[in-house]
Amino acid sequence: MASKVLHAIFTDDDILMQAVKALREKKYSIDEVFCPFPVHGLDKAMGIPHTRLAITSFLYGLVGLAVATWMMNFIMIEDWPQNIGGKPSFSYLENMPAFVPIMFEMTVFFAAHLMVITFYMRSKLWPFKKAENPDVRTTDDKFLMEISVNETNVQAIAEVLHENGASEIKLIDNK
Amino acid sequence: MYTMSSKIKSFSLILIVLGAIGLIYSFIDAPSSVEEVKEMLHTENASHGAESVAMQGDHASEDAHADEHAEHIYHQLQNKPWAALYVPALFLFLISLGVFVFYALQNAAQAGWSPVLFRVMEGIASYLVPGGIIVYILLLLSSLHFNHLFVWMDPEVVAHDEIIQNKTAYLNTPFFLIRAAIYMIGWVLFSKLIIKNSRKMDDGFDLRLHKRNFKLSAGFLVFFIVTESMMSWDWIMSIDTHWFSTLFGWFVLASILVSAVTTIALVTIYLKGKGYLENVNNSHIHDLGKFMMGFSIFWAYLWFSQFLLIWYSNIPEEVTYYAQRLEDYPVLFFGTVILNWVLPMLILINSDFKRINWIIVFAGVIILLGNYLNFFVMIMPGTVGESWTIGIPEISSVLLILGLFIFTVFKALAKAPLTVKHNAFLEESKHFHY
Repeated sequence: MASKVLHAIFTDDDILMQAVKALREKKYSIDEVFCPFPVHGLDKAMGIPHTRLAITSFLYGLVGLAVATWMMNFIMIEDWPQNIGGKPSFSYLENMPAFVPIMFEMTVFFAAHLMVITFYMRSKLWPFKKAENPDVRTTDDKFLMEISVNETNVQAIAEVLHENGASEIKLIDNK
Repeated sequence: MYTMSSKIKSFSLILIVLGAIGLIYSFIDAPSSVEEVKEMLHTENASHGAESVAMQGDHASEDAHADEHAEHIYHQLQNKPWAALYVPALFLFLISLGVFVFYALQNAAQAGWSPVLFRVMEGIASYLVPGGIIVYILLLLSSLHFNHLFVWMDPEVVAHDEIIQNKTAYLNTPFFLIRAAIYMIGWVLFSKLIIKNSRKMDDGFDLRLHKRNFKLSAGFLVFFIVTESMMSWDWIMSIDTHWFSTLFGWFVLASILVSAVTTIALVTIYLKGKGYLENVNNSHIHDLGKFMMGFSIFWAYLWFSQFLLIWYSNIPEEVTYYAQRLEDYPVLFFGTVILNWVLPMLILINSDFKRINWIIVFAGVIILLGNYLNFFVMIMPGTVGESWTIGIPEISSVLLILGLFIFTVFKALAKAPLTVKHNAFLEESKHFHY
């Protein structure tokens, strides 16, 4: 782990993207970029792998479907198969249309909520969490790029950042 | 500029010839008298010899019953080639209508992604005229009692049927034909006007033409949603004259839209594969894939909503519709749900898959097959009942109409440059990426 990091501030997302591309071209790795809003294409420019959140959501949906099916099969068919208004409770399949609204809702419920919770856990977000903000201006109108440096490459990286339009460059001790 | 390849031309002509031969054969093959049907039933019974021996009891009543049964089957078998032709004729006509509706939607919504596909949509919409003529002729022949597709057109039946008598204010032949003419003339007129304006814009961008097309498209969509609803009552629901359902128009609409978007995707992929449509990229295909999946789910939603409400309340006058389908068409009835919803949803749920041409084609073929069967299950039970098959009449009429469809569409595609030259959103559409 490098002991020092460079903080480069940008005023515009287009300039930020240029700097990201320039650094990636020279094979310097960027630790983190802080933006006030989503910058379209930034993840691709930084080479961040695609999210797998959608896949987890699909699997959670299947769990929800299974839970709904198991629950209603146990309650309505196995445990106490009553005749309610002449609906056939002999097997799950025979009474299935009546269960579909619940199966659908449970699928959506599980898929949505568990995916959101997964998102919170993966991005380490919860109430009373201490904000990790290197510079308060990044939530308003500035973009900040954080790059780990050591003594041999600090000058070179700072020059690339400067050439590509960074408005401030600071060398900071890494905590 | 696209020119129709001789391969496509001969392919569609082969389809037409094969289909026509098969259809003529099935009209000749249909039984021409009740006696013939009796003979047929007799030989069928003879093969189950033991059963018929065991059932010899009350001769007189059994004979009367057998006569009635034979006559019933006779009517069904006579209807068979007609209904077989009616299903694909209606289906492909409504696909081209659906494509035009999608086109009008893109105009009215000022969509930025689709203008590079406009000429493809215009090409498919050109089948509206020949398709409309075929459907209208079939409706006319039904009105002239060449067949019994629509039971309420038979005055003898109506005379003994109080339920139909109470519906004759709406369901009578002259009004039926006038309505059909109004729908078709309206749709064709709108399509001719809008497409003419789009072609005129190739000479130079004109904001007035653009605005006129916007207004015409919006007007068409209003006209369409009213006429589509009535069209589905007239041409499909009235086959089961005793039955009615309020969301039927929407259900038919969902089927039309999903098949229309699929057809656009298939034709686009074909033309792209041949090297035309240089501005179409896989993001356009991805968008079409999303529409295919979305409308598939919309179809399933309406299919299930209609089924659930009727199954749940189980009122005899409504439920016979499904009772008959569950008894005589169980595989097709549930098969349509698998083909039109389960498979497309599972195949197209992956974002990367929607950019791969062969997967879109694969899902598209499934969707088109499923929606043909959807129309089959809507129309056949009321016309041929339990005597349905998917044999020579059905397959050959699909080939015939499909051949005509392909021939008309590709001929129309060759009439204008495959990309519009001027459109307010053309540049955006060329650079569309998702």
